Amino acid sequence: MMIHFVLLISRQGKVRLTKWYSTYSKKERSKVLRELSGVILTRGPRLCNFVEWRGLKVVYKRYASLYFCMCIDPDGNELEILEIIHHYVEVLDRYFGSVCELDLIYNFHKAYYILDEILISGELQESSKRTVVRSVAAQDSLVEAAKEETGSTISNIIAHAAK
Amino acid sequence: MNPFSSGTRLRDMIRAIRSCKTAAEERAVVRKECAAIRAAISENDQDYRHRNLAKLMFIHMLGYPTHFGQMECLKLIASSGFPEKRIGYLGLMLLLDERQEVLMLVTNSLKQDLNHSNQYIIGLALCALGNICSAEMARDLAPEVERLLQFRDPNIRKKAALCSIRIIKKVPDLAENFINPAASLLREKHHGVLITGVQLCTDLCKVSSEALEYFREKCTEGLVKTLKDMANSPYAPEYDIAGITDPFLHIRLLKLLRILGQGDADASDCMNDILAQVATKIESNKNAGNAILYECVGTIMSIEDNGGLRVLAINILGRFLSNRDNNIRYVALNMLMKAITVDAQAVQRHRATILECVKDSDASIRKKALDLVYLLVNESNVKPLTKELIESLEASDQEFKGVLTAKICSLVEKFSPEKIWYIDQMLKVLSEAGNFVKDEVWHALIVVISNASDLHGYSVRALYRAFQTSTEQETLVRVAVWCIGEYGDMLVNNVGMLDIEEPITVTESDAVDALEVSIKRLNSDLTTKAMALIALLKLSSRFPSCSE
Repeated sequence: MMIHFVLLISRQGKVRLTKWYSTYSKKERSKVLRELSGVILTRGPRLCNFVEWRGLKVVYKRYASLYFCMCIDPDGNELEILEIIHHYVEVLDRYFGSVCELDLIYNFHKAYYILDEILISGELQESSKRTVVRSVAAQDSLVEAAKEETGSTISNIIAHAAK
Repeated sequence: MNPFSSGTRLRDMIRAIRSCKTAAEERAVVRKECAAIRAAISENDQDYRHRNLAKLMFIHMLGYPTHFGQMECLKLIASSGFPEKRIGYLGLMLLLDERQEVLMLVTNSLKQDLNHSNQYIIGLALCALGNICSAEMARDLAPEVERLLQFRDPNIRKKAALCSIRIIKKVPDLAENFINPAASLLREKHHGVLITGVQLCTDLCKVSSEALEYFREKCTEGLVKTLKDMANSPYAPEYDIAGITDPFLHIRLLKLLRILGQGDADASDCMNDILAQVATKIESNKNAGNAILYECVGTIMSIEDNGGLRVLAINILGRFLSNRDNNIRYVALNMLMKAITVDAQAVQRHRATILECVKDSDASIRKKALDLVYLLVNESNVKPLTKELIESLEASDQEFKGVLTAKICSLVEKFSPEKIWYIDQMLKVLSEAGNFVKDEVWHALIVVISNASDLHGYSVRALYRAFQTSTEQETLVRVAVWCIGEYGDMLVNNVGMLDIEEPITVTESDAVDALEVSIKRLNSDLTTKAMALIALLKLSSRFPSCSE
């Protein structure tokens, strides 16, 4: 059951993350963001987490100051999408250690790396949070290792030049 | 940090942008950063390419144009280091989409990376390909992806499986090549591979009937066993959600079984036991459990009939319907709408609860419930159902009244057993929500009344009474005014009294007063006033004594 797009929107309507698995032009994307922000941000707190929108369904859930939204086909399993959203949130929490909106702003690329270990082509990739976190951490280590290598090269050059 | 660094760090740029108080300020900061990045690009700067792309991605998210950075993605992807490729591929997925020609240039890098010795790099390539490849790229790289379905590392196999899904969607002809490798994935133990493998098989069935037949024949039993193992699995902390082992896998298996069982008695037979087990054993107190039950009900409804299973399914829906959680009720209503085609009677048994939902405080639920009630109406239940709906009309808010009114009018017109009942219902609707009633509807009412000669007296008296109490409903006023004009003499002389009626004393001048009020009333529009005038004209010939 395909997810067409994932949006993270703040309560003030600021976009924190967008991932498009179906084809939407730049114009269409802006339209989606405008319309959905309007609909979702004004929904009352005790209403159900599903909105019918342009022949599709959008499942959303609010975590602190962020709305996590995923768009699916009308015959999709809305309750499962709520679990997928929660899955993503829990992984973010494990990775950042008590994640907050600021983490996702300054480390937006990490939020994407994590999402890319959970979904590909709008479908679920891995149900084990441990595996997801480990995979991202392993890749982070590769980046760290590469930095150290470059670092030592530069300090070598400086040391050499200072002689 | 680096003493030779020029330009701001990513962090600093983000901080600077966030501290802007106006849109103009923000534009200025962004313009400055973009200028620096553009300069770096034209100088072919290697050192900060990574950081610059990260900045560009942030700027892109704010909505600014960043097409000048697209080639940077390609250069980073073509670099040999992992950090460069990681950010390069992310940039590719963020800044480009499949329709851009620039994307084609990545095909060669992708091909190389799909064959890389570092499996994390293979992973990056599979992810990018799976998210944004075009049909041509899909065709070009399909053989690589197919090969990777059998790679030694399960994390690569699972990515390859999802990437394959995009490939067969873009190029359905290639589906055949994936049937066998996909079937092998179903025999694995790794949950990630199973989840993605099952999904791949599901999507293969949708594009290829050959795949559907193959999986149905060769894999149904194995899938049933896998689901059984999941359902009977002991506590597995890595996959546990609310006491259930890997609900996601449960759900995907149920989906695939649905497709395999649909229209095939043998396959359906094969899965009866496990479906019954899931339907009865899964606990319904957390969302994860309910998500599985929801899927299970969907599967039961789609496969070949097994009376017992269907009853189980409808019972689950009945329970969902009385759940206090709005989400569960919404989902139940959804499912019940599909269940009507399969077992209308069973759904009818839940009518009372469904009617309660029409009065729900959640607009999404009210609307779904109303749609469902509409489908449930037939000649035998139209009277009690209409009564309930009209009661809901009284309690509903302005937004919902319009929709509800339209549905009630439609039902009443479609199923009305007797004219007098039709007139009564329409009167109630007009009194309560006349302003929402469409023109065709009250026109039709007038036509019905005029054709029912034995009911002329009844109608005009009933309308006169209603008029006394509900003058704020415009359409009620219009219909009343028309009737008084036509049948004023019956009104005054109690002509054609039916047994059920109470006598009413209306003098000629009372009738004329009523019409006068209609004209003078503040909210009367031109149509109403015109109709009232015409009615007065008619009465003037019938009530000569009141002619002035």
